[in-house]
Amino acid sequence: MTTPLLEMRNISIHFGGIKAVDDVSIDVMPGEVVGLLGHNGAGKSTLIKILSGAYKKDAGEIFVDGQKVEINSPIDARTHNIETIYQTLALSDNLDAASNLFLGREITTKFGLVDDTAMEAESRKIMARLNPNFQRFSEPVRSLSGGQRQSVAIARAVYFNARILIMDEPTAALGVHETAMVADLIKELKAQGLGIFLISHDTREMMDLCDRVSVMKNGQLIGTERVEDVTEDDILSMIIMGKNPKKAA
Amino acid sequence: MSNGLGKFIKTLQLDTRLLGMIGAFIVISVAFHVATGGTFLTPRNLFTLTLQTASVAVMAAGMVFVIVTRNIDLSIGSLLGVVGMLMGVIQVKILPEMLGFGHPAIWIITLVVGIFLGAAIGAFQGWLIGYLVIPSFIVTLGGLLIWRGAAWWVSKGTTISPLDPNFVMLGGASGTIGVTASWMLAMVGSALTIWFLVSSRRKHIAHDFAVKPVWAEYALGAILVGAICGITAIMNAYMVPTRLLERRFAADGLEMPEGYTEAYGFPISVLIVLAVAIAMTIIAKKTRFGRYVFAMGGNPDAAELSGINTRMLTVKVFALMGALTAIAAVIASARLGSAGSSLGELDELRVIAAAVIGGTALAGGVGTIYGAILGALIMQALVSGMGMVGVDSPLQNMIVGGVLILAVWIDIIYRRKTGDA
Repeated sequence: MTTPLLEMRNISIHFGGIKAVDDVSIDVMPGEVVGLLGHNGAGKSTLIKILSGAYKKDAGEIFVDGQKVEINSPIDARTHNIETIYQTLALSDNLDAASNLFLGREITTKFGLVDDTAMEAESRKIMARLNPNFQRFSEPVRSLSGGQRQSVAIARAVYFNARILIMDEPTAALGVHETAMVADLIKELKAQGLGIFLISHDTREMMDLCDRVSVMKNGQLIGTERVEDVTEDDILSMIIMGKNPKKAA
Repeated sequence: MSNGLGKFIKTLQLDTRLLGMIGAFIVISVAFHVATGGTFLTPRNLFTLTLQTASVAVMAAGMVFVIVTRNIDLSIGSLLGVVGMLMGVIQVKILPEMLGFGHPAIWIITLVVGIFLGAAIGAFQGWLIGYLVIPSFIVTLGGLLIWRGAAWWVSKGTTISPLDPNFVMLGGASGTIGVTASWMLAMVGSALTIWFLVSSRRKHIAHDFAVKPVWAEYALGAILVGAICGITAIMNAYMVPTRLLERRFAADGLEMPEGYTEAYGFPISVLIVLAVAIAMTIIAKKTRFGRYVFAMGGNPDAAELSGINTRMLTVKVFALMGALTAIAAVIASARLGSAGSSLGELDELRVIAAAVIGGTALAGGVGTIYGAILGALIMQALVSGMGMVGVDSPLQNMIVGGVLILAVWIDIIYRRKTGDA
């Protein structure tokens, strides 16, 4: 067996008395899409926020290329080429697309000042690839449509040579056309060898896009299955009943 | 906008809010000019107006950052008081004993110590807000009481004067740079403006971005250079009274030549405001710190997730506010030539009003330095004009209060119309 690109092993975190994530292990191979499924409050987003550095885990270990790493902040995650597209998009609505794309990683001139022209030029390049219709570079992102905002958030994650990509409900706010665009992008990034964690409530979409799915309930991992080995109904019963039908059989 | 003027403004990419504020200032000025029978729009009055605005304008620039990060600073009036008082003690009681009265280093040492004190107090308040997560309203409300009390305590309620003669130049009519230097400054300013327009156009072309038509660039350049030269001409048109000149010549043991005249030119305090405005605008638009200030104001969580240390950022913003308050304390005490324990009273409200009239949104994330400074100028024009017309002070306050509310209401409508949230 090859080494996973990323492995989270025996991760736990609790808030007050509640175990939000309880001894969960997941991993992703290069060029693989792993789906995270579960009800609201199952612990998916919390688990993912530990990986992106937003929360600090109470127990467990994280490995990148088989090497143990410490992720205590968003900067740590970025250092290991882990990029996140948050459900809320995490955009500063008052700033334009380029400022958001480069937030925290601005291109600077030789005098140490931020180089807006260079950043806009780079933003135009990546946007030409992700969303060719996107033209509103000098407006604050608050005035953009849901799909346009989403492309800014995706561009930010993809631009900096991500190796591991976390996508938390990337299509929740999108129309049909834009959802298809995101699906194409996921396939393209997968072909480039990225490891992707995908969170979604749309089971059918997950069956379509993912290689494996991990199902969580009440902070615990119910099971991880290859999509070709299970039916959509199997997945649904894992989500609802919290039981793995294959193991029961 | 469908008419020709609207198209002109759009092609020049002028900020309509800025134009609105300039318009408001002109309307107020003309109205008072008429009401006072022609004394408002005179070089003398405009010169005095800029002197009176300087202290509040410097603080308003800092307040923009504070409000943009969704905070407020109610302590600055009191902070100005205590720092002004300490600087008074340093230059009147401590340094002359060590260096001798009138020593040329006194004003510099006083200035440096004052700015350091202001920044340190600001940083401490920022630490309470950022790291101990006490709301800025509470921390600075406490600061308002604490620092005013401290100012009284330092002086036991007395007024410290006279201040060091060099120090006094930093705030009053005695510290102006004269006609020649003013014109030289205007030329440098015009050259820099043109260089900025040209280099920004070149950069846009190099990256294949859309640029304004050439005539629009020329028009913009002409408007800006015209404004610089116009303001300089006004400052250079205010003549030093003959009696003052005679006295100055007499002090040097000379007789004034027949028909000798001299104009004031730019006051040093106004140049300080200008320097602060330019520096703060560069910080806001062109540094990572400034970018993070606005990012945090727009979405604190997003800023945090982008790896920005928002707590430390809060400390820095309040330290900067404190340093600018110290500079304002220099200007305010130098203008009066003394430091009293009530110096800066109610300034926090004037400064907040200036920033808000200048388009700084209390919800955070939005605000400009030039807007806040123009806001300060508009407020001062109102107050000075009413004073000249003979409006009683209580009524003045009532009108200023009403104008503040009106300005914010207009701003809300403007934002709704432009979709600028």
